[in-house]
Amino acid sequence: MSDLRDLYQEVIMDHNKRPRNFRIIPQPTHHADGLNPLCGDRISVYLDVKDGVIQDISFQGAGCAISSASASLMTEALKGKPVSEVEYLVDAFHTVVTNDGECPKNLGKLNVLAGVRDYPSRVKCATLAWHAVRAALEQHKDPVATE
Amino acid sequence: MSLHSATAPLPLTPLTSATTRSTLDIARIRAEFPILRRKVHDKPLVYLDNAASVQKPKAVIDAISECYTGYYANIHRGVHLLSERSTLAYEGTREKVRAFLNAASTQEIIFTRNATESINLVASSFGSDFKPGDEVVITGMEHHSNIVPWQLLCQRTGAILKVAPFTETGELILEEYERLLDSGRVKLAAFVHISNALGTVNPVKRMTELAHARGIPVLIDGAQSVPHLAVDVQALDCDFYAFSSHKVYGPSGVGVLYGKKALLQAMPPYQGGGDMISVVTFEKTEYADLPNKFEAGTPNIADVIGLGVALDWLTAIGLDQVAAHEHALLEHATRQLREIPGLRIMGTARDKAALVAFTLQGVHPHDIGTILDREGVAIRAGHHCAQPVMQHYGVPATARASFAVYNTHDEIDALIKALWKVKEMFEL
Repeated sequence: MSDLRDLYQEVIMDHNKRPRNFRIIPQPTHHADGLNPLCGDRISVYLDVKDGVIQDISFQGAGCAISSASASLMTEALKGKPVSEVEYLVDAFHTVVTNDGECPKNLGKLNVLAGVRDYPSRVKCATLAWHAVRAALEQHKDPVATE
Repeated sequence: MSLHSATAPLPLTPLTSATTRSTLDIARIRAEFPILRRKVHDKPLVYLDNAASVQKPKAVIDAISECYTGYYANIHRGVHLLSERSTLAYEGTREKVRAFLNAASTQEIIFTRNATESINLVASSFGSDFKPGDEVVITGMEHHSNIVPWQLLCQRTGAILKVAPFTETGELILEEYERLLDSGRVKLAAFVHISNALGTVNPVKRMTELAHARGIPVLIDGAQSVPHLAVDVQALDCDFYAFSSHKVYGPSGVGVLYGKKALLQAMPPYQGGGDMISVVTFEKTEYADLPNKFEAGTPNIADVIGLGVALDWLTAIGLDQVAAHEHALLEHATRQLREIPGLRIMGTARDKAALVAFTLQGVHPHDIGTILDREGVAIRAGHHCAQPVMQHYGVPATARASFAVYNTHDEIDALIKALWKVKEMFEL
């Protein structure tokens, strides 16, 4: 089971069991739903943006260990970041979970999700919350789908 | 070559719905499936995703190759030898399908792309004269393929879709179905024979009788049933029956629609083109007779021929034997799954076919699917194209193990062992 541990790393299992920022922000400045039509998973993300900075970010929903942990880790990574950096981070994270190349620097804990790249059918699980954040900041009204 | 073992039958648990005991030599059957010899992640392949699509015996694979290497040409056109030979093989399959379903005539057998297209054909053609307020009755356990075509028809015509509910165990509530038929506005009842998400075998003969008593024609979605039980469309007296080749050991890309001749004759064509006409001028076209009226354009010739070989193969084994073997597998699996703490089985109908859908508390079905895959065990994880069924049980998805004639008791044991590994991994 050693190779499975590359995917289901301890940090991921921890965030799956005890997701951080797993709540609703009552009056968010931005909000969007992410939908994975493949498995029916739905994740809602909420943001509170002030002066171009993400003051607070949270998520709700049900998903697999990969999508839940990715959403949880994402909220930790984005809290306190300027909105102008989000686009770069979303792209960098996408590189982490899809590329064979080197992981982008300065993503810190997010690199634990690099194991996903060996499981192509699970990439959409890992990117679901990130799609939703991008959609929220672009003020999409309809749920954003991974396909 | 006989696929029945000469030795004593396998020791089986008592059967509830299957009436015979399997005497099949499963090792010999397995030997006919080249893909079953391969490994997945260095583990022997345990293929339990048969409700999605089954693997193909060598006879079917060879038949397709023989068609293309030996005698392929377009059908119904040429006077040359290859075209005549291809036409003969293609139309020969129509006769095999007729016999397989015990239809009255080959004119009642239409080749399509899959069961989904067969249902869409009926929705488009039979449903073309539906009026606002007309009703179509389906059940709550339909595959999306028997929901969405009717929704599209309703959008086009103003007809209304009515849904008969099912119980917690996954059984249709027959009284509710009957009540929906009583509105006086129902133009068609369309329902699934065996639910792909629950395994429930619906009482389709009774459901057909109830509809016919009110003058309502029925369509049966048989995608999951034809590989598991013998279907006799005349005994069922259904008006339409749809199934897919790829679920019955044949190639993908071919489906079948059975329809009663009188209905098919009265229906307008589904698509226009070559092969479905008798006379064409720019003013007017006369359509060909059945079944060609519904087969516009060059069909999937080689794969239709492959389907014929698959039906021969399955018939030689005998569907009673297949059902008995699969039922034993289902009982073996169900008994062991029940021993896993936190495991919940969705669909516990009294009459159930060869699949078991479940959830495991604390683990998403996708994670189950990924971990099982690394153990060589292929199952389906997701909504099984039956999202309303998932909503019924309040889950986003389930894991589903589904069985075919080539599966063994040892493979079920491998599934169970892998599920214990999932629990270990998730510290449950």
